[in-house]
Amino acid sequence: MIGPDLGLRTGRRCLAAVGVVLAVAVAGCGSDDTSTPSASTSGASGDTIPVGVLHSLSSFMAISEVSVKDAELLAIEEINAAGGVLGKQLKPIVEDGQSDWPTFAEKAQKLISEDKVAVTFGGWTSASRKAMLPVFERNKALLYYPVQYEGLEASPYIFYTGATTNQQIIPGLEFLKEELDVKTLFLVGSDYVFPRTANKEIKAWSKANGMKIVGEEYSPLGNTEYATTINKVKQANPDAVFQTINGDSNVAFWKQFTNAGLDSKKLPVISVSTAEDEVRGVGIKNIVGQYVAWNYYQTTPGKRNEEFVKAYKAKYGSDRVTDDPIEAGYVAVHLWAKAAEKAGSTDPEKVKEASKGLTYDAPEGLVTVDGDNQHIYKTARIGKLRPDGLIDTVSESDEPIKPDPFLKTYDWAEGL
Amino acid sequence: MDVILDQLFVGLSIASILLLVALGLTFTFGQMNVINMAHGEFIMAGAYTTYVLQTAFGTGLITLSFGLALPAAFLVAGTLGLILEFLVIRRLYGRPLDTLLVTWGVGLMLQQLARDVFGAQNVSVSAPAFLNGGVDVAGVTLSYSRLFIIVVVVVVVVVIAGYMKRTPAGRRMRAVMQNRSLASVSGVRTRRVDRTTFFIGSGLAGVAGVGVTLLGAVGPTIGLNYIIDAFLVVIVGGLGQLRGAILAAIALGMANSFIEYGTSASVAKAGVFLLIVAFLQWRPQGLIVQQRRGLA
Repeated sequence: MIGPDLGLRTGRRCLAAVGVVLAVAVAGCGSDDTSTPSASTSGASGDTIPVGVLHSLSSFMAISEVSVKDAELLAIEEINAAGGVLGKQLKPIVEDGQSDWPTFAEKAQKLISEDKVAVTFGGWTSASRKAMLPVFERNKALLYYPVQYEGLEASPYIFYTGATTNQQIIPGLEFLKEELDVKTLFLVGSDYVFPRTANKEIKAWSKANGMKIVGEEYSPLGNTEYATTINKVKQANPDAVFQTINGDSNVAFWKQFTNAGLDSKKLPVISVSTAEDEVRGVGIKNIVGQYVAWNYYQTTPGKRNEEFVKAYKAKYGSDRVTDDPIEAGYVAVHLWAKAAEKAGSTDPEKVKEASKGLTYDAPEGLVTVDGDNQHIYKTARIGKLRPDGLIDTVSESDEPIKPDPFLKTYDWAEGL
Repeated sequence: MDVILDQLFVGLSIASILLLVALGLTFTFGQMNVINMAHGEFIMAGAYTTYVLQTAFGTGLITLSFGLALPAAFLVAGTLGLILEFLVIRRLYGRPLDTLLVTWGVGLMLQQLARDVFGAQNVSVSAPAFLNGGVDVAGVTLSYSRLFIIVVVVVVVVVIAGYMKRTPAGRRMRAVMQNRSLASVSGVRTRRVDRTTFFIGSGLAGVAGVGVTLLGAVGPTIGLNYIIDAFLVVIVGGLGQLRGAILAAIALGMANSFIEYGTSASVAKAGVFLLIVAFLQWRPQGLIVQQRRGLA
């Protein structure tokens, strides 16, 4: 490497070194200031119960996870205002997973062993959950995971408050088949565990249900270029697209989808990872009329949801929206608090026992914890994007669907 | 045939974006040998400038605010670059590893700043109405946004080339790049040239930021999506070479487009990297080599 005149500058090395140290220190602060209260007053003793909140507050997943963290803090605040749990106030200890999976595992261990948290709420990507799973199992500590995922998992130390496959993806496929009369389907997803597994399940379902998969495309997380993918979709000319793209790439996909002259009338797309919060960044004109599959929307009717939306907006600003993972994060905290109250203890084993069959009047409707797999019964709702960026429910299951993470009740899923 | 034309346009479009994000680096990295990892965050600054103007002007004047965003983003990102140069980089000339680490840290700080100011979520930037849709040519849909980016890149390249070739300031810049000591003893104020070069290089990142709002997300971490590609273009093209960068961008864009068409996006990314590694084995100095008039 050939640099500019060095001779004149060697005298400044000391100064520069100071600069480096300073910059690194400041940068360090930048990412650390989110991990609020120090560990100095840890332990379940005294008048407070420490609880962990572990999400990506920096780097590329912060876009999605910060809102879930906000919802969890709101729930903690509500519980504290109502007298806390077992007469003690909850003390949230917020940690930043930095969109980096090993960091999630490290921070989880730190929360458990240093902060002595009674429970941790956190994670978004399946990769982060898979990284944290052994930590919670090894320490026999509890994790509440608030995001829909690909199923095929049921850790005894994780409660899954988002949807599993049979509460989201399968209802989505049934909707395509029955309501939109889709015969050929194109799969587009990000290249990691959730889309890969989900698509495996979709293909097995399609085979049994006479739907033809005419293409399957994966792109790296953070991908910004979808022109080729969209060209391939156009050439395959499917009746619909099943979309499992996550993060920033979602925005690129939708913008370029519109750029390519496509819209919801020419080619319907159903997405299981685009919710109200993401729509704000996508720009509504690029996605209006398209379909999503979730269990909750901001527009979900009911007094309980009205209260929740109002409280969320009051705390974080009227321009913020609520969506499925945000609600699932909020529900997670309340479910844990209710179970701990019922158990009369924050001991994980007792909380697990008390959680069996526990019900909670959530914004999405009444939810029930399934004692066997620690997932929850959820109503499946297919939504359609409307011009103001919110989502209307166009189809929903008659009742909350029993979670079946291993798809045992489906013949076609054998061997997955 | 359609397929080939389709992918040719995609390749050209990818090339234009690569070139757009790399143009600034041909100055700061190519000419000054400064590895500025915060370059991606200057792209982000440009994208947020578009957002701020669009919010300020309201939805009725999107075309106007978008037009204004191009020069405004140049100034905003350029100024950020000047500040960075003054506070940090000038103390680290000739120490590439330190520069890399420090600017990476600065990049993280800028990301966090954006997160605190604009929120962690992506923000929405609408394209001006005249960029909606596209035109069909020989069975291929050419979207106006992508054509617009190509036009912006061509204009910027022509302006830069003219500046470097025809103006006294451009000549001084080339002189300093080719032989700093000789330029210095000939009365060129090299410090000032450094500052100008860094300002222009950073400002161009801002312009790129405006361009990418048409195709992708606008959020605190968008810089990360482009920074590696930008460096690749400059390295493959040959340091400090505008012509090299143009050729490299086109080559990488086409390779990406056609490999992805034959395989998948993930494979294309890996394939392009592999090609670059192989190419640099054969020609480590890049496509086009600077003629140096010195002993260094």
